[in-house]
Amino acid sequence: MPSMVSWRLRGGAQRVRYRYVHQPNWGKIPVKAPPFAYVRATSLDQVFDLKAQHGDDARILAGGQSLMAMLNLRLDAPELLIDINGLDALKGIDEDGDAVVIGGLTRHVELERSALVATHLPLIAEAMPNIAHPAIRNRGTIGGSIALADPAAELPACVVALDAEIKLVSGAGERTVKAREFFHGLYDTARNDDELVAAVRVPKSPVSRRYFFSEITPRRGDFASAGLAATVEIDGDTMSDLTLVFFGLAGRPILAARTGDAASGAALTGDIDQIIGQVHAVLDEELETQADLHSSAKMKSHLARVLTKRALTQFAAGRS
Amino acid sequence: MDETTVISCTVNGEAVEEIVPARLNLVDFLREKLDLTGSHVGCEHGVCGACTVRLDGVIVRGCLTLAAQVNGATIETIEGVTATGEVADLQEAFLARNAAQCGFCTPGMVMSAAELLTVNPDAGRAEIRDFLSGNYCRCTGYQAIIDAVETTLAGRKNGGSTT
Ligand SMILES: Cc1cc2nc3c(=O)[nH]c(=O)nc-3n(C[C@H](O)[C@H](O)[C@H](O)COP(=O)(O)OP(=O)(O)OC[C@H]3O[C@@H](n4cnc5c(N)ncnc54)[C@H](O)[C@@H]3O)c2cc1C
Ligand code: FES
Ligand code: FES
Repeated sequence: MPSMVSWRLRGGAQRVRYRYVHQPNWGKIPVKAPPFAYVRATSLDQVFDLKAQHGDDARILAGGQSLMAMLNLRLDAPELLIDINGLDALKGIDEDGDAVVIGGLTRHVELERSALVATHLPLIAEAMPNIAHPAIRNRGTIGGSIALADPAAELPACVVALDAEIKLVSGAGERTVKAREFFHGLYDTARNDDELVAAVRVPKSPVSRRYFFSEITPRRGDFASAGLAATVEIDGDTMSDLTLVFFGLAGRPILAARTGDAASGAALTGDIDQIIGQVHAVLDEELETQADLHSSAKMKSHLARVLTKRALTQFAAGRS
Repeated sequence: MDETTVISCTVNGEAVEEIVPARLNLVDFLREKLDLTGSHVGCEHGVCGACTVRLDGVIVRGCLTLAAQVNGATIETIEGVTATGEVADLQEAFLARNAAQCGFCTPGMVMSAAELLTVNPDAGRAEIRDFLSGNYCRCTGYQAIIDAVETTLAGRKNGGSTT
């Protein structure tokens, strides 16, 4: 969806003129979005049927915090919006054995305040306050965030870092895709247009694991110029299984697997700067960054180094 | 398929029933149909916060919500929370601190700050800033607004007045 990109890259500065429509007894009222029909869905089957009938002319409306902006800016012109906000089957945060299952319609604010998330998914708990602003977190959903796959979004990076699974449903049935195989590129995912993000299944994080989440933004709550979601196991002084997932650097979250592997086994004692230097060397080779309108690729590579240094410094300071 | 839809909802305590175009934004409905022009329209893509209203008790962007979506819901606007006196102390603090200059951002700012007052009564200045990060003000430079919210928080804790 390249149009969405131009909206983002322009920082939303584009002006769209009001259109006026005539409404009986009201005179003329301003509208922004192109005309569409609207259905408040009452069951998943109804959503599947409507999608089967209307195909790509129908859009799913979840929190609307990205879709409505695109419609107001006339970057998208669907014929039909299928509002899924009434579908309780897609809501809720539940424990399921060694995982936490988050319904696709779960709002950002619920993740932010959930005791289950705080206990079992501390990385996500830490990420949530960075997503947009309170009024937007009151509406925006994890399913929308994952379906949209904005390259600078926090939740896609977190679910990749935590090796979660995405449950997709459609009239044809359901299937599960690993988060690490879900995000293909700029606003491009493994999801077919007729599939809903029904839930995200995230393995509970072992208590021994350490987490780091940080991002660099022009303003608190803005999409990040660069961000890092990292986890590591620390035994005594030794790091293992270092997982680094960068976002905002290219078209999708990047799992820097080679860098993580290279750093595993390193001891977080002595000269931490030397370890950081070694990790940076691998990272520079592995990471391919792409410019956006605010930052060059070189700038993004620099920010990735800064974030990596902060992560390792935090891990070293907090080792047991 | 129909490009209009019927909604019935409660706005500032009053029942409203209306046929609306599906594409009508909530904030335009409130302003143009119900004459509740306290909610403002700035960027219309979620960035500025001028359109902030309450939907079922929590703040939302009036420009990123459709009027069609509020069927069965309860809406409160700046007019409503002013009438009930819920934000009287906050408004007084804004006035005392000159935290409203042109006033364009003020209704949205007050609606956002009112939510902070209930969800985080212990907020410090950094948390106030964070919470209001989604509301642009082009006049005050924010300090006066943060001051006013801080004063109101302190006032409510002491259970007394803000002055
Ligand atoms: C000012 C502003 C700042 C923001 N900052 C950030 C930020 O820093 N980080 C961030 O991550 N996000 C940010 N957002 C976006 C916000 O988090 C959105 O809520 C989120 O990206 C989309 O979720 P939604 O529920 O609102 O989806 P919608 O806007 O309703 O939908 C987005 C897209 O996903 C599709 N979709 C939605 N739900 C599903 C589903 N369950 N299954 C299949 N398809 C679905 C829709 O059809 C649509 O194409 C910001 C938004 C604004 C307005
Ligand atoms: S007008 Fe709604 S956020 Fe700017
Ligand atoms: S007082 Fe003018 S924008 Fe805030």
